[in-house]
Amino acid sequence: MKQSGNILFSGVGGQGILLASELTAHAQLAAGFDVKKSEVHGMAQRGGSVEAHLRYGEKVYSPLIELGAADILVAFEILEAVRYLPYLHRDSAVVVNTQKILPPAVALGRATYPENILDELTARHIKVVAIDAFAVAESVGELRTANVAMVGAMSNFLAVEPEVFLQVIDDTVKERFREVNKKAFAAGRAAVYA
Amino acid sequence: MAFENETKLWLSGNEAIALGAWEAGVRVASGYPGTPSTEIMGNLSRCEGVYTEWAPNEKVGLEVAIGASFAGARALATMKHVGLNVAADPLFTAAYTGVRGGLVILNADDPQMHSSQNEQDNRNYAFAAKLPLLEPSDPAEAKQMIVRAYELSEQLDTPVIMRITTRIAHVRGVVEKGTRSATPEPSIEKAPAKLVMLPGNARVRRVAVEKRMQAARDLAETLPENRIEPGTGRRGFITSGVPYNYVKEAFPDAPVLKLGMVWPLPEKMIRAFAATVDELIVVEELDPFIETHLKAMGIACRGKDLIPNQGELNSFIVRKAIAPETVGEIFAPLELPMRPPNMCAGCPHRGLFYGLSRMKDVFVSGDIGCYTLGFLPPLSAMDACVCMGASISMAHGMAKALGKQGEGRIVAVLGDSTFMHSGITGLLNMVYNGTYASVIILDNRTTAMTGHQDNPASGRSILGEAAPALDLEALCRTLGVKRVTVVNPHDVEATRKVLKEEIETPEPSVIISRAPCVLLPEEVKRKKPVYCTNLDNCTGCSLCVQMGCPAISWTPLTPEEAVARGYREKQKGFARIAEVQCNGCGQCACVCKFDAITKKEAK
Repeated sequence: MKQSGNILFSGVGGQGILLASELTAHAQLAAGFDVKKSEVHGMAQRGGSVEAHLRYGEKVYSPLIELGAADILVAFEILEAVRYLPYLHRDSAVVVNTQKILPPAVALGRATYPENILDELTARHIKVVAIDAFAVAESVGELRTANVAMVGAMSNFLAVEPEVFLQVIDDTVKERFREVNKKAFAAGRAAVYA
Repeated sequence: MAFENETKLWLSGNEAIALGAWEAGVRVASGYPGTPSTEIMGNLSRCEGVYTEWAPNEKVGLEVAIGASFAGARALATMKHVGLNVAADPLFTAAYTGVRGGLVILNADDPQMHSSQNEQDNRNYAFAAKLPLLEPSDPAEAKQMIVRAYELSEQLDTPVIMRITTRIAHVRGVVEKGTRSATPEPSIEKAPAKLVMLPGNARVRRVAVEKRMQAARDLAETLPENRIEPGTGRRGFITSGVPYNYVKEAFPDAPVLKLGMVWPLPEKMIRAFAATVDELIVVEELDPFIETHLKAMGIACRGKDLIPNQGELNSFIVRKAIAPETVGEIFAPLELPMRPPNMCAGCPHRGLFYGLSRMKDVFVSGDIGCYTLGFLPPLSAMDACVCMGASISMAHGMAKALGKQGEGRIVAVLGDSTFMHSGITGLLNMVYNGTYASVIILDNRTTAMTGHQDNPASGRSILGEAAPALDLEALCRTLGVKRVTVVNPHDVEATRKVLKEEIETPEPSVIISRAPCVLLPEEVKRKKPVYCTNLDNCTGCSLCVQMGCPAISWTPLTPEEAVARGYREKQKGFARIAEVQCNGCGQCACVCKFDAITKKEAK
């Protein structure tokens, strides 16, 4: 089992990144690791780029991931995957939701949304797993579980058993949303090798 | 959601500090919201046996805490770094009176300015005000350290500053559980020679301040929070706060002197540590605070010649600054369209700023809040922003400097909470000394930017209980403003008319732009209509797009595509509303002249 690691979450304010990173942190805690997680609140939540850094290991000091040191990037939007390129290394895995959210300059017609931008990652030998998290969430009947589907997809790259995540969902999610979130996790996990 | 076992909890730094304050037996806490400090008071308000409140500003908050301390209770004032500027007046003199119950000022700095207008280093206040300052490195330590801060405050008869930064406030980690200490019951006890700071008494207390700082200096030598972590190699580090973590990550085997109390410094301990290494490096965020004082002691060290004095540090920056040969190559960032924050879909401020954006000759003196985003394109309708409440006084100063040529061209814009924080005195000044400038109060019924805290105009206390709500119109009239107009900013046309008329009026006038923040829970729950685009009618005029609503986007068209869609060949594109994002404010429908935006009623 990997003894330490760095997971970066990125996306746009309001996409459910905090919940996804919380689930992952709890799973790592349940697996016996020390964990630190860094978030940004305030101005950054008004529809801007948001990120959460999660680090786990026997003893974690810094709450921030170094450049070139993210083992996994969980990106909730395509541009927000590529924006964090300096955090990645050649053996990083990027789990990316194929949703596109237009940045203001694009919505105003003053810039274009770059085409096939994920190729920039694969060209650098970075492993990219693209998931339509909304389609996965829709398949389990609740669009708002897209973030948990992303956690499911990401879990393939962790040594933590999926049962640990399911237990965390049992322990932390309100009862009426538990089953659908567990389904979303499983469907997201299965989507990687579909 | 909470990880919890018999002894441990998973908490953010702000949650940990609230819990630590509760365990320390704090009875009274007052503060003003400010990122990254805000959640401390919110969390503390849910603890048993502590009175908490949102004060109108940080000066009031600290004075409330001083009063509680004078009554013998352990007291807490919370604020962000710039809030301590507002509270600096009571701070410097509370340093003379000292305390009865322990008094802690929890100050949150924001290196990198994630959500701030400057990145001042408030460790300098400890030096200037002659107060002890503690600085934790992570949430677990923050929780323990605030308990120590109360012990020191009472032992040394002094307020104590605890300084955190964003990477403690908003970092989550595992913390140890504790129990609440018993503290003495509050009571009235008169001590005028100590508490009445007129010159005769203050001169006596001035001497006491120096004695106390000497006692603090002696105590620093054995304080467990100041510790030497032995290591190997001839290079040693002195560090404190969050940067301690970066040193431990970058140079795990090096000897480290970790300072938990950053002022006053343990000089003997520092000298002893310096003697054990050949090269001494101070790693600290922002100013060379420790470094400067080490150099004043005559201790040779390096610091800001290696480590940046701007922005947030991390282990990569520390490693690269000190041992560049150990840093590998990094993928360079790509040029991508930026994604700055934006006002929300349905934000009432947008309607107001849209009106101002159409008045190109008008100088908009702005202020601190969500509405500062009115600066960003496409609205680009803010021309200055300095500090809380400054919009009004700056507008007054501009008008006085410009005289006749500024008439009808100067307007101040600030939020309801910011107005109550420090705008009221500015408005009083305008009336007293006369002006032609106008003031717009954006009254969205909450303190939105920091996460919807209640305030004196919201009608609710920090606990959500009914509270008297300030009548803004009546207050402005009482201050002597004769022209007070209330507008609904979602009615874009009516708002523009009022703006024009009031800004042109050569006497003080206040426009209250009133509509609730769309993120308030009751607004989120409310059934709202949705607006949709009738694409056949869109002429591509782009007026709605120019409002910068995140729910509206522009699709460019080539002449062939335009013709294929049945548009004129010259039409450059069309606008479309993403209905899932629409919050139903209807501002875009107000500006559309071609009947291309229509309302669908809520189901």
